[in-house]
Amino acid sequence: MLLTLTAITKRFAAVPALKGVDFSVASGEVHALLGENGAGKSTLMHIAYGLIRPDGGSVAVGGVPTTLHSARDARRLGIGMVHQHSTAVPAFSVAENVALGADWPVAPTALRRRVLDLTERLGLPLDPDATTDSLSVALKQRLEFVKALAGEARILLLDEPTAVLAPAEVDDLFQVVRGFARKGGAVVLITHKLEEAVAIADRVTVLRRGTVTLSASAREVDAAILAHAMLGAESPPAPARVRPMPGRTPVLRCESLEVAREAGGSGLRSATFEIRGGEVVAVAAIEGNGQRELLRAVAGLLPIFRGRLEVTRPIAFIPEDRTTEGLIPTLTLTENVVLGVGRAAQWIHGRRLRRVDWTAARLRTVDLLARYQVVAPGPDARAAGLSGGNQQKLVVARALERRPRTLVAENPTRGLDIRATAEVHERLREAAATGAGVLVYSSDLDEVMTLGDRILIVAGGVVVEAPAGADRRRIGELMLGMVAPRED
Amino acid sequence: MRRATTAAAGLAVGLALLAAGLWLAGYDAGEAMSALWSGAFGSWDAFASATLLRAVPLILIGLGFALAYRGGALNIGAEGQFYAGAIAATWIGVHATTWPGWVALPVMAGAALAAGAAWIVVPVMLKLRFGVLEVISTLLLNFVAEALVSLMVQGPLQEPAGIYPQSAPIAESARLPLVPGTRLHLGVLVAVAAALGLWYLYRRTWWGLRLLALGEGPRAAQVSARVNVRRMLTIALLVSGGLAGLAGGFEVSGVSYALYQNLSPGYGFTAIAVALIARGHPVSIVFAGVLFGALDAGASAMQRDAGIPAVAVLIVQAVVILVLLLGEVAARRAMLRQAAEPAIEAAS
Repeated sequence: MLLTLTAITKRFAAVPALKGVDFSVASGEVHALLGENGAGKSTLMHIAYGLIRPDGGSVAVGGVPTTLHSARDARRLGIGMVHQHSTAVPAFSVAENVALGADWPVAPTALRRRVLDLTERLGLPLDPDATTDSLSVALKQRLEFVKALAGEARILLLDEPTAVLAPAEVDDLFQVVRGFARKGGAVVLITHKLEEAVAIADRVTVLRRGTVTLSASAREVDAAILAHAMLGAESPPAPARVRPMPGRTPVLRCESLEVAREAGGSGLRSATFEIRGGEVVAVAAIEGNGQRELLRAVAGLLPIFRGRLEVTRPIAFIPEDRTTEGLIPTLTLTENVVLGVGRAAQWIHGRRLRRVDWTAARLRTVDLLARYQVVAPGPDARAAGLSGGNQQKLVVARALERRPRTLVAENPTRGLDIRATAEVHERLREAAATGAGVLVYSSDLDEVMTLGDRILIVAGGVVVEAPAGADRRRIGELMLGMVAPRED
Repeated sequence: MRRATTAAAGLAVGLALLAAGLWLAGYDAGEAMSALWSGAFGSWDAFASATLLRAVPLILIGLGFALAYRGGALNIGAEGQFYAGAIAATWIGVHATTWPGWVALPVMAGAALAAGAAWIVVPVMLKLRFGVLEVISTLLLNFVAEALVSLMVQGPLQEPAGIYPQSAPIAESARLPLVPGTRLHLGVLVAVAAALGLWYLYRRTWWGLRLLALGEGPRAAQVSARVNVRRMLTIALLVSGGLAGLAGGFEVSGVSYALYQNLSPGYGFTAIAVALIARGHPVSIVFAGVLFGALDAGASAMQRDAGIPAVAVLIVQAVVILVLLLGEVAARRAMLRQAAEPAIEAAS
């Protein structure tokens, strides 16, 4: 075994996060670690990477028991980690970021060469001179891989690496992972996508509330068994699938809409479509194809360059990044709600001074927290103290509090577990049921297909509608810009 | 409240250090301390004419600094904006010989406010157009303002005899009324009113909340709270500069009655410390301003009565700030520990 964790326990304050977990990964093996949010997956891997010290239990690398004091220790022992979110310095070039992670000297020419060699050898091409900030999400993640592998890692820990990728990109990623294992490396893949675990892993371990509920060879399990192990007896609420009755009048209409590119994207070159009240229209696209510009222009955040855009107000927008664009972590929940609902809210008085009635706002926030099942200490807690899932529920609750006629959502379930995802889906459908037109983009094609009454595809800045009944493969082709019908 | 306790502790430590230092240097520490006290609080006259008088510009400038800081901008050019206000007030003051007071005073205050705001227009434009950091541009304009004052008092605004580098005294009607029996001018009421107004703005209004949002999370303020970032930053910085300009106007119209070089003993910078130890809270800024005014007044008395260099009091100011910062770090650590634990849990 390259990496062995034995009887690991860890408590945060009074809350046990891990209750005696055994976990190991061998050379040549891909080991999937499954579990819901809060099950302890990341905590376990942060222990293996030296970021968190366990309260009890032991860690052995290559059979030698060790105490990891820091991530630096872990890297020295050949452990690399790819975090869920980019850990690169945005203003640095790709090469500089690699040097920073691997402790390489930064002499420009030599470094450039070295990084080029590395990316070539790994089969993960990247422009060493590109500014990290300008990379797409997928390329930023590629950079994380390169950083993790720069130090001759033998053990690779991947924290939900596929959350931001399109199907084709996921396939590429899995090839890299398999290749790494074939050369004798060991891979731990944290995920909550069951099919993915079954497809790529050799072994699967499921965590639930800090204990291992299943550990087996991937050949012996299927998605149903894994779901049961993850969720226990409780199964997630089945999504209500009531066919909507779209209204007659469109709430949103674009005609030959063009939007200039934001950094990293291709811009929107042509969009002509309508959304009627009561409809959920899902957008499928590979990162950086203009879908971001489309959604943000509809939400009124980007100016349109040419064409027509008519959107019915009020508009609500659920941004992709809940902690930098959705909530302000240092402010309280009530303050975040007041900020997001806008000046038409019932707690704003007077037209000139716009006085805030904090008592009313707090009461309403308490009510929102209860109705949307946001687990929070109270309306005066800071948003930073909420877990990711609860933060997202609050962002969604706040958007719906605007009673939008048009609701725009960007990756609204990114990083959420099955249960929280189902809840968010439910809310989006409810909004549609009350007459709003919903435009939602997800980088997860399965989500697009389950959520959308209709599917729009943005490829190279051009919006096309998926033919009714198109399957996953056909939509995948359209996402890659293959517009001509497939000949079978 | 906890913060006030920390500040008091800092003050005690600072004063003790000062006394110890003076004793080691061979001064009579007891006499020095008593001079410090009586210079600042010894009598109603000392308190009003020395302590409060010096607190007025510190409070006004501190409020302005804190306003911009709340929105995420650093205006460290208050010294320059103070001088811009002082020049404008002097200009009006020397020409207002025939004006009645009820015309001269508001016009003067308005001109000082406008001049202070105008002095920050260039940094605002550079920031919005080219992304130039206002920390640098506002700081550099301080030197320009000082040079401008020196030009004024040797040129257009020089006293008629043309001998001294200072302006003619301003007209009687352009002088601020004083609190009877003291040298304290009515600007003190304006400073307190400004503090209360800003307190209400921050605490109770939509605009105040949005300003805070801009400072705490600029992306979220833009995307989720629909803040017009350029507009709000412009307003915050203009008001910030305006308050410093007003402080300069009051200094001419209520204290010096003429424009000099070195009119400000570094008010523009001391006020930053005042705003920071008050953590930007408007009412606390009033108290912090009075505290620093008292230290300053006491220092003058110490120099006069005990022959101790006034700069020695800087030790006390520095220690108060350091102790408060230490308290801040401790509080932040405690908060991070609390916040990090659920966050780490949630990440798993």
